Amino acid sequence: MAQITATEVEMVQALDAEGNRTPCPEYDDALSTLGAADLRRMYQDMVLLRRFDTQATALQRQGELGLWPPSLGQEAAQIGLGQALRPQDFVFGSYREHGVAFSRGLQPADLLGVFRGTSHGGWDPQKHRFHTYAIVIGTQTLHATGYAMGMNLQGRVGNQDPERDVATVTCFGDGATSQGDVSEALTFAGAYHAPVLFYCQNNQWAISEPVHTQTSADLYRRGEGFGIPGIRVDGNDVLACWAVAQTALEKVRSGAGPLFIEAYTYRRGPHTTADDPTKYRSGAEVEAWERRDPILRMQRYLSREGIIDDAAETELEERAEQFAAEVREACKAMPDPAPADMFSHAYREPHLLVQEEQENYLAYLASLDEEDEQ
Amino acid sequence: MSQAVKTMTMAAALNTSLRTSMEQDPKVLLMGEDIGKLGGVFRITEGLQKDFGEHRVIDTPLAESGIVGTAIGLAISGYRPVVEIQFDAFVFPAYDQIVTQLAKIHSRTGGTQPLPVTIRIPYGGGIGSPEHHSESPEAVFGHHAGLRLMTASDPHSAYWVIQEAIRSDDPVIVFEPKRRYWMRGQVDTEAGTPLGAARILAEGTDVTLVTYGPLTPVAQTVVEQAEKLGISVELVDLLSLNPLGLDLLEDSVKRTGRLVIGHEAPTFLGMGAELSARMVERAFYHLEAPIARVGGFHLPYPPSRLEEHYLPDLDRMLDAVEEVMTH
Repeated sequence: MAQITATEVEMVQALDAEGNRTPCPEYDDALSTLGAADLRRMYQDMVLLRRFDTQATALQRQGELGLWPPSLGQEAAQIGLGQALRPQDFVFGSYREHGVAFSRGLQPADLLGVFRGTSHGGWDPQKHRFHTYAIVIGTQTLHATGYAMGMNLQGRVGNQDPERDVATVTCFGDGATSQGDVSEALTFAGAYHAPVLFYCQNNQWAISEPVHTQTSADLYRRGEGFGIPGIRVDGNDVLACWAVAQTALEKVRSGAGPLFIEAYTYRRGPHTTADDPTKYRSGAEVEAWERRDPILRMQRYLSREGIIDDAAETELEERAEQFAAEVREACKAMPDPAPADMFSHAYREPHLLVQEEQENYLAYLASLDEEDEQ
Repeated sequence: MSQAVKTMTMAAALNTSLRTSMEQDPKVLLMGEDIGKLGGVFRITEGLQKDFGEHRVIDTPLAESGIVGTAIGLAISGYRPVVEIQFDAFVFPAYDQIVTQLAKIHSRTGGTQPLPVTIRIPYGGGIGSPEHHSESPEAVFGHHAGLRLMTASDPHSAYWVIQEAIRSDDPVIVFEPKRRYWMRGQVDTEAGTPLGAARILAEGTDVTLVTYGPLTPVAQTVVEQAEKLGISVELVDLLSLNPLGLDLLEDSVKRTGRLVIGHEAPTFLGMGAELSARMVERAFYHLEAPIARVGGFHLPYPPSRLEEHYLPDLDRMLDAVEEVMTH
């Protein structure tokens, strides 16, 4: 069974499981810059993310989505990072990064389309500075590293200009750390001093395989052999995630080279809606992590501090319900793409074979319509 | 003749072409193992790091997936990376990045993210190498939509294939016939016109012989020998392997009525299988003989002392030409 307390697993923490603000010496200065509005926004974004996620799971159960990979339990790790990003940063993530995606301006329909089967992504990565979800595990870490190498070459790092210096971030999970591509990304990032932040959400499970099947070592130390320092943060503590990410991103933008963060969290839902976690883990384990819920923790803290009250809670609840209704409508309103769309973007420049196949298939479809009319 | 016509080796033509692209477009970067000071194991990039610097001619770690994966990231950041894979079979560690990422990101992003990445792969046998240094994996990549595949058969085509590949906003794999790196020929660096997907190198009336890359010079000797036997062979040279120049080939086959296909790669599920099927679809009623394929066997590439038996040569291709003439 996973170890789950800060005393058992050494990691940066600013809020304990009861929502008490604990001393966080290296990060207290950074945390002190957060105003009440920032704190409310973190809380609110986590609540909305969870409501979105439970709605998406429901939509899958109702046949509106083919599959859904829930982010349940990882809200703090994703929102903390998302709010630490600057507009010019660029994120290359995997397929469970819904909270980070929202922080980059993606809309619910963008994410749902991937799992409804209307698109494999379809958004403009440059516009959002958030790449499409990577489904082959770990591949995106190399794209991030290459992008970061490009930022070095273009002098977009180390200018002491917070509006211009770029950090590239790659999000991946504990399972991905076993992929050769992740080791190669660490190799290239270390060798070229690439301004990339490796943000590993250790959610303890890669489908049915516990993290100890991937490694007997601490994941946050994975970068050391590549010359990349690492740190572990309580991934269920949004304040700590924000502070550690924000500090690391500033270092990366300043030209300090690559860094590695392990956000220690837990995937409370199934791997995807097609998974059955009762076959490989105990209810007691899941309950233990429920007691470390990232949203409840922040809610307790903010209530105690008087930053939110019952009225604000009620208002947020109503807003979440309205959001869920909008998500449902947006999902159901998504039209199936036209058959011709399938042929549109395989190549950027005209391709003889694709053109021929498109013409033939569309003519075939048209001939069926003619038969129907007869 | 243009003043820009010079006689040079294919290696020099490739080098000149890369240099031209780098001079014309500051976004062109070269990446690969040993391509900097050494100039690559075949010296194709010789002198380029000295002239363009370490930031544009980048020696990489020995990690092919890493090379292609970071090239993708560099392309997303605005560059036009040109990757050298040291030998054909060394590409397989990068196979995942090429087929699941490079080939598909443009489509995945709804056409918003171009990936102008060129991958140069020295391919084919005939140089007496150990295992993994002599393979012809073009068909393996031909199956994956999103990639363009090109090859060259002489210095002039090598120069222009590189120009076209680097200018393309689609990812392109250029298969360079390594045993022809030192063949000499005229290169017109101001020819300017696209080479086309396929070209007729010798006109003939009895048999169409289609091949590409390293076998094209062999096929030219087939044309000469067949002529002595009274057989007029039309030689079609493919420069693009995806997409294929099928219209030109169809026209030729309809005129000659016979088709022989040659390549070094195994015939099983090879380029020849596709060419054969397409010509049967397009020119069935013009064919006077079964289509013949000459290629490698369904075997691991053999030790080099046996490669002369594995590689199609003048005799095997001429034999196929004579065979289709018996119908």
